[in-house]
Amino acid sequence: MKHLFGATLFGAVTLALTASANAQPSKPECLAGAKPGGGFDLTCRLAANALLETKLISQPMAVTYMEGGVGAVAYNHVIGKRGSDGNLITAASSGSALLLAQGKFGQYDETAVRWVGALGADFGVLVVAADSPYKTLGELVEAYKADPSGFAIAGGGAVGSQDWMKASLLAKSADQEPKSMRYVALEGGGAVLTALEGGHVKVGSGDAAEMVKHHVAGKVRILAVMSPERLSGELADVPTAREQGFEIDWPVWRGYYVGKDVSDADYQWWVQAFEKLATTPEFAKEREARGLFEFTLVGDAFDQRVKEDVARFKVLAKEAGM
Amino acid sequence: MNLEYLWQGFSVTLTAQNLLIGFVGCFIGTLVGALPAIGPINGIALLLPIAYTMGLPAESTMILLAAVYCGAEYGGRISSILLNVPGDAGAVMTAMDGYPLARQGRAGEALALSGLASFVGGMLGAIGLALFAPLLAGLAIGFGPAEYFVLMIFAFATLGSMVGSQPVKTLIGCTLGLMLATVGLDATSGAYRFTFNEPELGDGIEFVVLVIGLFSVSEAMLILEHEGRGVTVIRELGRMTARWTDIVKSTGASLRGSLIGFVVGVLPGTGASVSSAVSYTTEKRISDTEGTFGKGDVRGLAAPEAANNATACGAFVPMLTLGVPGSGTTAVMLGALMLYNIQPGPMLMVERPEIVGGLVASLFVGNFILLALNLPLVQIFARVLTVPNWLLVPGILVLSIVGVYSTHASVFSIFLMLGIGMVGWLMRKAGFDMAPIILGFVLGRVMEVNLRNALAISGGDPSILFGSTICVVLWILAAAVAVLPFYLSRRSRRRQQIAASTAS
Repeated sequence: MKHLFGATLFGAVTLALTASANAQPSKPECLAGAKPGGGFDLTCRLAANALLETKLISQPMAVTYMEGGVGAVAYNHVIGKRGSDGNLITAASSGSALLLAQGKFGQYDETAVRWVGALGADFGVLVVAADSPYKTLGELVEAYKADPSGFAIAGGGAVGSQDWMKASLLAKSADQEPKSMRYVALEGGGAVLTALEGGHVKVGSGDAAEMVKHHVAGKVRILAVMSPERLSGELADVPTAREQGFEIDWPVWRGYYVGKDVSDADYQWWVQAFEKLATTPEFAKEREARGLFEFTLVGDAFDQRVKEDVARFKVLAKEAGM
Repeated sequence: MNLEYLWQGFSVTLTAQNLLIGFVGCFIGTLVGALPAIGPINGIALLLPIAYTMGLPAESTMILLAAVYCGAEYGGRISSILLNVPGDAGAVMTAMDGYPLARQGRAGEALALSGLASFVGGMLGAIGLALFAPLLAGLAIGFGPAEYFVLMIFAFATLGSMVGSQPVKTLIGCTLGLMLATVGLDATSGAYRFTFNEPELGDGIEFVVLVIGLFSVSEAMLILEHEGRGVTVIRELGRMTARWTDIVKSTGASLRGSLIGFVVGVLPGTGASVSSAVSYTTEKRISDTEGTFGKGDVRGLAAPEAANNATACGAFVPMLTLGVPGSGTTAVMLGALMLYNIQPGPMLMVERPEIVGGLVASLFVGNFILLALNLPLVQIFARVLTVPNWLLVPGILVLSIVGVYSTHASVFSIFLMLGIGMVGWLMRKAGFDMAPIILGFVLGRVMEVNLRNALAISGGDPSILFGSTICVVLWILAAAVAVLPFYLSRRSRRRQQIAASTAS
């Protein structure tokens, strides 16, 4: 009875909030499904800082942390405990879609939450050491084809991770089985750089933002960016994989979701806030400062994108023999 | 060698504001280190958002966090010595000889001596960081998966001397640690192992959860149990200065500990828990001719204490030169740099020398502040521990829970910690030592991942494990530390026999 009363009261409050025409969340919060300092933290801080700076929210947005299973614990928490909390957005990335495709988020699939929008993206890159003989992706693919067992490829994730997927696209371009690839699973992009500089592996698979400084410093060479068009800034002179004749795209978007039972009004408030945010110069500055490239996709379009990604990853994983 | 950046750093560090920030950081760090449940990571993670929202510039925040980090390595010894509960992961080995000393009524001496050892380790580490950062960064790059694997073999070989009076129990503990390390997401294949479909176990058993469970919770239970029989925590500090003879006796141990600590700190992925263990066991091999280690030997106290402070400095080398964290704490500090939109990496020293120099210079200044805080004022920190047991035990439990929750924000972790604590309590009652479990856990994960990566590079050919000069040197060293003690003990036994026969 008490429970029912609580639910009714909650319903009334929600209604009252909805009635006041898409009121902004009273206690905005962003949940990062990892320790402070990682990618989800960065995603949350992008939204928190930019929304406050552009006065789209009047209260500072709290960033909270719930680590576990690369976001799996946070995903289950939002669905189980905070499914109707309109104050809360949770950080996600294309890596979350990959884990969903592989069933690593537990019993729930990608339809168990509402996808709000993506505010930026990083792009996959293939790198070699600065003293490597390969100058283009084509040369690398030819050399790989000639001697597949001579190429240890390092990535900042396990077999089946995004870095592994990117490496498997290289293997496929060279007509090799991804399963027989000599893939070295390291902990993060920093370890990949060290392994390349130390000559322990020949190719590294990673993301543009983490490699760009080392590329500019002349320690490694980025052979190709996996983006539809060339990236701006310091990577403007690096050709895309497409330009070099390889149909390899790998955007690593960074976005947010809310619980399934969040009211349409609250959901729309977030979608509209993100839409407005994306057009401001303050936001562009915040995004660039975090090493992210332009990639704005909100509302239904983003929801569609996540579902397509999950479907695409399922196919890729099957092809790769996962 | 160009030390321009360092002089620039001193001009940053020696401003009134940054000196004050350094002092505050040292004080909080010592406190955080002294409290068993919270370690440097917790302290830094708690302070970082405050510093950032206060609008401190990047170099000031780095000075604050570095001071907390180093302060915690100093403070960790206080509860190791007085409570037999390590204040943080790097102080596990300090309890080995520190607590026995305290039980002999020499707690004050132990605190003073270990404070000096911390200072030696911290200063030598800071000098090493300032001078050899560019050189050592090159050496660290030479370490690939194969080299790391052999390094872990070396580490396990040095642990052989821990198989002391209870070889079977030590081996069981070590194996248990290795087994616990396999729980969670397998870093190579991406498969979940032993998680029983529990997402909370996906990242494995967290180090903090295991350490606090095994040491703090089980200790709290033991204190409660002994309370009824009138055994209490050490409160008699005795004389508060170190004896000159002890300082002389432990100088060699401090210097060796500093060297080992710094080198281990420079290698990414290994931290103070590894360096203090390696330095303790190495020192035991070298110096423990009369079997006094573990019973209150000052050298067994100085070696790990110097090592964990030197490690804190060494961990900054890969962090500042490569943007690669050398420990969990430096990983959080890298996150702090990124918060300020500063991309850590090889360009950092060129682009922002005031941050690199300021941090290095603040370590020199910070060590003097910490020495001042930890010698004359150590009683203030020790007083934290002189509260009665009825207050202390709930206090330890609350801090354990807060520490775990503040690190992992998960109720599951708290229950896991309490469960591990109960098992640890029962094992300690059965005469097991907790340290081998921790060592197996820490070294096991690094060892497994690197072995598999080495074999992935070579396509399954084990010859890669002997393929480089570093590997071969490490294999020889590992064999030496495994065989040498048997040789030495046989020789000393023979000498004793000769001495005995000539005497008769």
